[in-house]
Order: sequence, then C-alpha cells, then structure tokens
Amino acid sequence: MESVTARPAPRPTDDSAVYWNAIARHELVAQRCDGCSTLRHPPRPMCPHCRSLEWCEQRLAGTGSLYSYAVLHHPRSPAFDYPVLVALVDLDEGIRIVTNLVDIESRDIRIGMRLRVAFEATSDGAAVPVFGPDPNDTVPA
Amino acid sequence: MTRAHVLPRDAAAIAGIGQTEFSRHAGRTELQLASEAIVAACADAQIEVADVDGLVSYTIDPVEETELVRTVGLQEIGYSARVPYGGGGSMGVLMHAAAAVASGVADIVVCYRAVRARSGATRFGGAKVAVNVANTHAGTTASQWCMPHGALTPASWIALNATRYMHQYGATNEDFGRAVVQLRTYAATNPAAWGYQRPMALADHQASRWIAEPCIRMFDCCQETDGSVAVVVTSHERAAAMPHPPVGIAAVAGAARFEQEIASDHYRPDLSVMESSAVLARRLFDDAGFRRDEIDLAMIYDAFSPILFMQLEALGFCGPGEAKDFVGDGNLAPDGSLPCNTNGGLIGEGYIHGLNMVTEAVRQIRGTAANPLPAVEVALVSASRTGAILTRS
Ligand SMILES: [Zn+2]
Repeated sequence: MESVTARPAPRPTDDSAVYWNAIARHELVAQRCDGCSTLRHPPRPMCPHCRSLEWCEQRLAGTGSLYSYAVLHHPRSPAFDYPVLVALVDLDEGIRIVTNLVDIESRDIRIGMRLRVAFEATSDGAAVPVFGPDPNDTVPA
Repeated sequence: MTRAHVLPRDAAAIAGIGQTEFSRHAGRTELQLASEAIVAACADAQIEVADVDGLVSYTIDPVEETELVRTVGLQEIGYSARVPYGGGGSMGVLMHAAAAVASGVADIVVCYRAVRARSGATRFGGAKVAVNVANTHAGTTASQWCMPHGALTPASWIALNATRYMHQYGATNEDFGRAVVQLRTYAATNPAAWGYQRPMALADHQASRWIAEPCIRMFDCCQETDGSVAVVVTSHERAAAMPHPPVGIAAVAGAARFEQEIASDHYRPDLSVMESSAVLARRLFDDAGFRRDEIDLAMIYDAFSPILFMQLEALGFCGPGEAKDFVGDGNLAPDGSLPCNTNGGLIGEGYIHGLNMVTEAVRQIRGTAANPLPAVEVALVSASRTGAILTRS
C-alpha cells in the first residue's frame, strides 16, 4: 500500500483568512455586511451589494443540503484517499461552499440530502470543513 | 447599423492561420512552437513577419513577448495584450486584435497560443495541489476553494456543475458519449487530429474509466496537447489584397456574469445553466443581428463533453435539457442542423486552449478543411464566455 501523506493545509490569503482561521478552530463562519447584513462567501473585502467595507464574522449553524457532487477517481494525488467525494453544499444561511462528503458510500449520495459539518485535520495543524449525513434529519434519504 | 456590445461588422478580418503539429511530446519549447506557428500564419497570409505590429495571447501563455519579438524578428510592436479567463476567454484574443486594428493602433495583429499541456512541466489534467493561491489571472479561485478538498483538476471542478446539470435534466453520461462519438468520427478523418484514424464507438466511451463520476469519463476529456496555433488579423482592406479570401470577424463578444469563474464556477445560483453563454448569444445574435439558422458551422468549446451540451442549450440551439435529444438526433453531424467541431473538437483534434477552433472555422469558410462542409458562409465560435461569428467576406 502506498502511504497516504497528510492532507495539505489550505493556503489562506489575507482576504480569505477570516474563513480558514475559523475552520482551524472548528467553526464555520461567513462574512456578514455591516451595511446591509448580507452574508457572503468566498470572502472579500467589500460588500458587492452596498459596497460597505465594514463586516463581521457570523458563525453558521453548519447545516445545509447537497447541491451537487462528484466522485473523483483520477488523477490521484498521494495527499488524498480515493475516491474523493467533493461536494457543493448550500448552507441553510444561504451561501454555498465547496467541501467533501464523509461517512457515506458514493452510491448513497442524493442531491438535496441534509448534511451537517465536521472538521478534518490537515498538515500544519489546520483543518478543512467536511459534511456527513445529518443525524437529526428525519426525512428518509 | 452597429449595435451595442459588439465590434462593427467590418472591423477586421482573418488573413492567415498557422499551426504546428499537435502531439504528446513536441520536443521543443513553447517559444519555438509559437514562433513556428506565427511564421506559418504569416506565410499563409503572404505577409512579411517583420510587418506584424501587434501581439495578443492568453495571460497564462508561457511565451514572453520580449523573447518572441526577438525570436521571430518583429521590428516594431504598436499593440500587445493578454486575455484572462483561460480557454473560456480565448475568443478575447480576436476581440483585442480586431479592436486594435479597427482603432488604428495596429495594422497586423497576431493572436497566438503555445502549450506543452502533455509533455511540459505541468500536465494540464494532472493532480495539482494548492501551491499557489496568488492571482494567476486564470479566471479561477480553485487553488483556494477546491484544492483543499482534493478537487485538483479542471475536470473535477466542472464535474460539480455537470452533475447538477444531469440531475436537473436527466441527461446521462451515455448521452455525453453520443457527442464524443461524433467528435471522434470527425477527428478520424482529420490528419492533424490526435484522433486521426481512431474512431470510437459508444461502447468504447462507456468502457473508459471514470475521471469524475457520474459525469466525466476519460473520453469525455479533451486531449492534453503540445502545439501552437497563430492567427493573423488585419483590416478587411489589407486582407482583401492577400492570397486567401478574408474571413470576416463579423461579431466578437465577451460575457461573464457576477460570481462566475472559469471551470470552478460554483457560486452562481443555478449551475445547470451556462449563463455566460446565454449572454454571449444575446450579444452575438441579437445585438450583432445574426440568426441561429444562419450558422453553417458551430465550433463549441469542448474541454469536457458536458459543457458542449450546456452551451448548445444556453446559446439557444435547443431548449434547456434538450441537448441530449439534439445530439442524439444527429444534429452535430455533417448533414445535421448544426455541424459542430468538424475538426474533432478539443476532444478529438487537440487542446490548443480553444484557438484551434478558430483555425478550423477559417478552413471551413475557405473550403480547405479536412472534413469540408458544402458551403460555410457563417461560422460561430463559442468559448462559453467569449465568442465570435466569422463570415466569408
Ligand atoms: Zn452590504
């Protein structure tokens, strides 16, 4: 077996550090505009709706539904386990993020399924958000 | 009457085209490949290379202008530009060239692209880890948002859109395969194509391995290619004095919506629709005054087969979700309603990042294509968010 090296840490920029720093402490956040209260992701310095430069971090519930996904087989990086389940999750607060699905077999993935966030460690003590089936969801898949 | 958002119909024309061979191992640098293609394009137009006074390429092209100028012996450059957004922005080179000529800041502009996507330092489809989050002007933030999640390739980013498209409309990978079979049929009789003499059946497509399930198999992907393409753009007047009948850049336009990216386009509300292509169609058809039924040839950016389907719908050649039937009914074939990618496309001929769609359109209009259509007067080239309508002058 090929040994799997640690998952690489994200590389935040000064503009995106708000998101990745929160993820590193196992919190999912988005920027909320002080001017018009709109949430935004990916992070950016200005609100595209009212052009306010003032914002604060809003902690998100970490729940959402699956918008789309792909089961990645090739090419393969030694830093990941295959297949990689990559996903787009529409969070309940109304923003979308790229993430991974965990605790599910690819054949059981359903668009629209309810999901809940967890966090997976990477190299350099950082983390990435991942999503698994929401145990509180009573709607049958 | 010229309308908003497009250059005037007679702004400029294509007078020459050139290319290297398309291969998996060029055995020489991008600088040499670009130089060879430019010299070939100038020879095709029968102009002196030294008379070129404008250069346009992609932001991500590795060939440095200064090196290119001193290699091919250009004497005086009046205009140069680079176009962002990767292959989706590729028809922006024609827009820059035509605008430069129309404005008078340059007389003869060469558009070029040179790649070693197969043998170079980074394979186009290879697994890249997020080593560089700096702005690379490639039209993507994938290194920030996709790569930490193991989505390391353009195929993996586009797969997220393609899965949603399939979910929305019930399209299957087998549907995509029917388009690929047609592209490979064209490529099989194009000596310049990677797929020359290698036609493919639907069963071969369906037997190829998954790249990204449930949407993209190996044969849904374009060919990682080494090679270069160059196009000479000048005024209609000058072009008319050159040996080939000029190919008019009758309309050229760009279109990108808020929150759009190239390939990693994940933040628009509805990813089952290629909205940039719908805007592009509005500009090329409505604003420029062309009708869809005037299009004799469509060259549509097919880096991956699902985006061919999404463009067919967004450009208005069929309704939302109808591309599977449009393709399945044979409309992309030579005798169909919309002969498409007659060189085999990026999937069958090779991936010179979209610029080889222009050379094929020019050859079809000239009547010199490997798979000639009866009479091409009007050709559409769509790179999804940039595009052009080329006409026989
Ligand atoms: Zn605001």
